[in-house]
Amino acid sequence: MAPRDLSIEKRTIAVLVDNEPGVLARVIGLFSGRGYNIESLTVSAVDPARRQSRITVITSGTPQILEQIKAQLDRLVPVHGVSDLSMEGPSVERELALVKVAGKGNKRVESLRIADIFRARVVDSGHEHFIFEMTGKSDKLDVFIDLMRPLGLVDVSRTGVVAISRGPTGLLS
Amino acid sequence: MGPGGKRNETMPGKQMTGSQMVLKALCDQGVEVIFGYPGGAVLPLYDALHQQNAVRHILVRHEQAAVHAAEGYARSTGKVGVVLVTSGPGATNAVTGLTDALMDSIPVICLTGQVPTHLIGNDAFQEADTTGITRPCTKHNYLVKNVDDLPRVMHEAFYVAQTGRPGPVVIDLPKDVLQAKSAVYIGPEEVKHPSYRPRTKPDPRAIEKAIEVIAKAKRPIIYSGGGVINSGDKASRLLTRFVRALGAPCTNTLMGLGAYPASDPQFLGMLGMHGTYEANLAMYNCDVLINVGARFDDRVTGRLDEFSPNSYKIHIDIDPSSINKNVVVDLPIVADVGAALDALVKGWTNGGHSLSQRALKAWWKTIETWRERDCLSFKTKSAVIKPQYAIQRLYELTKDRETFITTEVGQHQMWAAQYYKFEQPRHWMTSGGLGTMGYGLPAAYGVQVAHPEALVVDIAGEASIMMNIQELSTLAQYDLPVKIFIINNQWMGMVRQWQELLHGGRYSQSYSASLPDFVKLAEAFGAVGLRASKPEELDDLILEMVDSPRPVVFDCQVDQTENCFPMIPSGAAHYEMLLGPGDKAAKPVSEEGMVLV
Ligand SMILES: Cc1cc2nc3c(=O)[nH]c(=O)nc-3n(C[C@H](O)[C@H](O)[C@H](O)COP(=O)(O)OP(=O)(O)OC[C@H]3O[C@@H](n4cnc5c(N)ncnc54)[C@H](O)[C@@H]3O)c2cc1C
Ligand SMILES: Cc1ncc(C[n+]2csc(CCOP(=O)(O)OP(=O)(O)O)c2C)c(N)n1
Ligand SMILES: [Mg+2]
Repeated sequence: MAPRDLSIEKRTIAVLVDNEPGVLARVIGLFSGRGYNIESLTVSAVDPARRQSRITVITSGTPQILEQIKAQLDRLVPVHGVSDLSMEGPSVERELALVKVAGKGNKRVESLRIADIFRARVVDSGHEHFIFEMTGKSDKLDVFIDLMRPLGLVDVSRTGVVAISRGPTGLLS
Repeated sequence: MGPGGKRNETMPGKQMTGSQMVLKALCDQGVEVIFGYPGGAVLPLYDALHQQNAVRHILVRHEQAAVHAAEGYARSTGKVGVVLVTSGPGATNAVTGLTDALMDSIPVICLTGQVPTHLIGNDAFQEADTTGITRPCTKHNYLVKNVDDLPRVMHEAFYVAQTGRPGPVVIDLPKDVLQAKSAVYIGPEEVKHPSYRPRTKPDPRAIEKAIEVIAKAKRPIIYSGGGVINSGDKASRLLTRFVRALGAPCTNTLMGLGAYPASDPQFLGMLGMHGTYEANLAMYNCDVLINVGARFDDRVTGRLDEFSPNSYKIHIDIDPSSINKNVVVDLPIVADVGAALDALVKGWTNGGHSLSQRALKAWWKTIETWRERDCLSFKTKSAVIKPQYAIQRLYELTKDRETFITTEVGQHQMWAAQYYKFEQPRHWMTSGGLGTMGYGLPAAYGVQVAHPEALVVDIAGEASIMMNIQELSTLAQYDLPVKIFIINNQWMGMVRQWQELLHGGRYSQSYSASLPDFVKLAEAFGAVGLRASKPEELDDLILEMVDSPRPVVFDCQVDQTENCFPMIPSGAAHYEMLLGPGDKAAKPVSEEGMVLV
């Protein structure tokens, strides 16, 4: 028997599912029931006509567990396809954050200056607050949010990661 | 109407209620019998059932039993077993059976009643979140909120339950949906599942590679399991042909018994925790291991890092999640067992392959030395019936009839697996994955309903049988002549055995106290009660049992202290088997082993 590889890897997995009631509960139940990690999970309908949704999940585990996770996802009845974006060639990953910062004077100016450097957009502002919208890789969002912390960070809302493979082929092709 | 189902708009069908549609769909799926129990939420369906004759209903005495009965029916026929229960407690009572069917890959459809759609979520009377509760214990489940979806869901459910790796499917039916009318009934041929298409044909390159590896094997073994039974009788025939063409040894899991004829000299018996010495040592020492429809369960592998350490492993399984789950294999073949075996047999014979006869002879010579240990031998006593002897006699006295065996869970189950020899598939039903005490009696009458002329025996323990004893009443109602052969050792023997081996002989709560008088109990339920306590009376009483046209409860009082051997203690390797009471484990069971079940 090949020795088990016990190194922990992180993967981004995309799952195309029928958009039927309970499908998200099935996916989440699978992860909790079998003790797999979820670091991020996003879901939204992507094809209303065919009633399909796409789930992006970031998970971690040993190579054997990761293989199990994909096989277990794929055997759920409403699942059309599973793609391991970390393994199957290059991919694009993005996350969006809404960041509310409240403050006056210098801190307020400083937050706007940093937002500008990070190409964050102001989506709401008042005399004492800004809401920034920022899209990018998750680690870039982390840095931005950390910089906002001493400047009066109030609330953060993040979407979790969405991802797609580079090149012309789709998940099912 | 959801995806997949097409409606013929120009030719509206006849108006039907949801209940009528359910029954029509059952008929169209070839269902002849269902096992159920009524209640408020399913009254419309029971009313429709009352007004037809195509589908027969067997009234159980507990919903758990309905599911086990459907499992017995399914396993012995290859068809889907169907269950009908009410909402709330009816559905929750069915959960153990559903989990059992999921673990053992048995195709079952369970129709559950539900409160009307407008009350869902209101904590209405007898409301339970049935789809939520059963999500992890079914292959798939549905809540039907619109009567127009009902026919499609019914047919999809049958497709899902029996396609790929079989399993239980729940359809939750709100009462208003059962009463609503619609004209959109569609037949099974009009329903195509939008996403579920399990792979059944093997990759030809994998088959080629397998043949190449097998052809060079010196010490091959075939380890086959429940997947062969699931695949159908043809798969068992192909397995037999393949094993014979190779001339290699074959072992079966508990779930696979009957997939290969037990009397064949190439059969090594069951493997695993209570498997034979020769099967386990052959697994440990083989150089090519061919897993055919088995799932490397922990009862089979023992300590994983010592499991068949030097073999090249080929694994045929229809479910990709079974591959590399417990044991990393060298060559996975994702396919239906039947299709894969067909390709292997053809490739092997057409290619004119054969194993090295010298190596094979040497391999068999080694195996024969293991066989000579005669690990299943036991000492008979004149004063008391040995449980192994009781099963051996039952086998000898029933083997020439069409006999189906079910079991409960415990030592008696293992002895049944060891001493009853199965020549054909589908004649052995046991709860393997979940190990559900209370399975055997309802499963037995599920089998009996499907095979009215056959002899059906539930080999039971005195503790297990108490878990669904109320089902004697079902036997009485339908004149189902099931035989319940209780190996009565006055103990939860399997628990007592572990306490003896692992917990210093502190027999905490494992004595079967205050047992009923089983003979009187039988009579109270309109069955025949028999009792044996001496070896010399056993044969006559067994014959009386099998010749009786009525249900029989047989209280077979056996040696109370007997343990089940061989045994691989938990966390131990295949070569660390205990062969008998005198055998002490080479090393004490490790802490790691102690936490295992
Ligand atoms: C008290 C007790 C003791 C036990 N001791 C033992 C023991 O000593 N030895 C033992 O073997 N078991 C024992 N068991 C049973 C054990 O727990 C497992 O249930 C059993 O080993 C599993 O059998 P299997 O591997 O054949 O798999 P099954 O559970 O039958 O699963 C079948 C496998 O085949 C696949 N499959 C299904 N259909 C197909 C198809 N058409 N084509 C291809 N593949 C398919 C499935 O995906 C699955 O992987 C014991 C159980 C109890 C309760
Ligand atoms: C529903 C359920 N509860 C508990 C267990 C744990 N258990 C396994 S075997 C066993 C004892 C069975 O006793 P008996 O039916 O008398 O069989 P024996 O081992 O004596 O042959 C128990 C309690 C189980 N398998 N199922
Ligand atoms: Mg007992």
